[in-house]
Amino acid sequence: MSAEKTKKTIPYTVPIGPVHPALKEPVMFTFGMEGEIVKTVDFAPGQTHRGIEWMGMRRNPVQIVHMTDRVCGICGIVHSLSFARAVEQIVGIEVPERADYIRTILHELERIQSHLLWAGVAAHELGFDSLFYLAWRVREQSMDLIENLTGNRVNYGIIQIGGVRRDISSEQRSLIEKGLAYYQGLLDKMATLFLEDSTVRMRCRDHGFLSENDARILCAVGPTARASGLNMDVRQDYPYCAYGDLDVKAILPPAETGGPRGDVYDRIIVRLLEIGQSVEIIRQCLESLPPGEILWEPKMAKLLAACKKAEGEAIGRVEAPRGECMHYVRMAGKEAPESWKIKASSYSNLMSWIPMLQGEQLADIPIIVASIDPCLSCTDRVAVTRNGRSAILTKEDLTRLSREKTRRMMQ
Amino acid sequence: MAGLPLLPELLRQLFSRPATNTFPSRHLPSSVTGFLAKVARGEATIHPPVPTPPKFRGKIVYDREACIGCSLCLRVCPAHAIEFIPETKRVRIYVTQCIFCSQCNDVCPKDALHMSPEFLLATEDRYAESQIVE
Repeated sequence: MSAEKTKKTIPYTVPIGPVHPALKEPVMFTFGMEGEIVKTVDFAPGQTHRGIEWMGMRRNPVQIVHMTDRVCGICGIVHSLSFARAVEQIVGIEVPERADYIRTILHELERIQSHLLWAGVAAHELGFDSLFYLAWRVREQSMDLIENLTGNRVNYGIIQIGGVRRDISSEQRSLIEKGLAYYQGLLDKMATLFLEDSTVRMRCRDHGFLSENDARILCAVGPTARASGLNMDVRQDYPYCAYGDLDVKAILPPAETGGPRGDVYDRIIVRLLEIGQSVEIIRQCLESLPPGEILWEPKMAKLLAACKKAEGEAIGRVEAPRGECMHYVRMAGKEAPESWKIKASSYSNLMSWIPMLQGEQLADIPIIVASIDPCLSCTDRVAVTRNGRSAILTKEDLTRLSREKTRRMMQ
Repeated sequence: MAGLPLLPELLRQLFSRPATNTFPSRHLPSSVTGFLAKVARGEATIHPPVPTPPKFRGKIVYDREACIGCSLCLRVCPAHAIEFIPETKRVRIYVTQCIFCSQCNDVCPKDALHMSPEFLLATEDRYAESQIVE
């Protein structure tokens, strides 16, 4: 739409962000409003760029794996697992079976806490703070479990290239079982509290609609895509770690709740059901937890030497709580990787905001924005600053820069 | 309760104990810094924090006698928090830089580095005596 036309049809432009109390993550929105109704949506991510990939390209893989924990405060396991899997493919490391199972257990515990965190945030965005406190109260159980297994509450530091750093002892095993029983008993209650509540139903049913086709065209991933009816899950489609041995099926909103409609309510259903699925996966893992080593090479000097010799490129794919997360790594016989690129799951999901928000009311913006569980500190990768001013590069600019680079390289 | 399933739960919660541990004092003092100053003078006591888990990674502990100066820990430290002092052939660790990953503990051939459960480390001076381990 040209600037002149925009002026005629849309009386108000409402900017929200980059930092706004209604948004949990820093992102700049520009809404074209007609009365209370959102007509056009534009957003600009890139407000929390930290240059973590630049730091990584000056460090060896053993150092980077601890930095990947800090890419996101919620997906500590996801990013380090994804990076470790990329490096393992390049170096040709075969991860011991026990380590694979421990990775899976932690990965699923993380999904439980992430989904409960999201459920709390969603309730808070609706103004339903008692439900928010309740969701975060029950989330503590999984946080305590993770803390006990890894040593820390947030930056776990448990994944190592070629395995995990800490084993699960028999006492910890019984702790996990206790935690699983706790969540098993809680699932029905959480489902009742969220899905049978008239406030939640009123605000979420048929709001933030994303059709199956839009989800496919905009490459949505994770619960956002599954709530719209796309049958996709990296754990099911390209099994990694122990998922190949386990029974994992992508969770779609069941037909008895109205089938996949692709609204905010469906996204709540998918996430709540996935908590139950995670509990089931952890139980399966504990049952068939094989004995053996947990590291491919316990001597770090040997591991570093093997990484230094390796050449090649690989992509590590992992199903994060928010969707597919990818780490691309290229190593060229040096201590540090030649290239490292993170594609966080929210990056794929952000575009689905545009069809979701169009036609909704201003007051629905927070819950719809939150409904894809955006994580901008994972996502933000490119910001260009020149002479102290930051500029946003358009597609044309990028094409021009790319052509110039090709020309430079051909000379 | 149709449409309000949280209501019975809320009523039940009125009679249960709070889930949070109040720290550093049992009740909110009028001034937290004033309360901490009182604690320093011995007039008040801190309400203890939640106990740390068994393998918690807190402030680093360095066994200078056991160290052989191989500087392997420098190679794996993601935060460049460890400095090698060539004169003494020993290391110096800056706690303000440390990200508590304990990778140096794993790599040390002489077991000279450990993580303590100490976690209340905030100061205003990043080169304070408590922030440098050597």
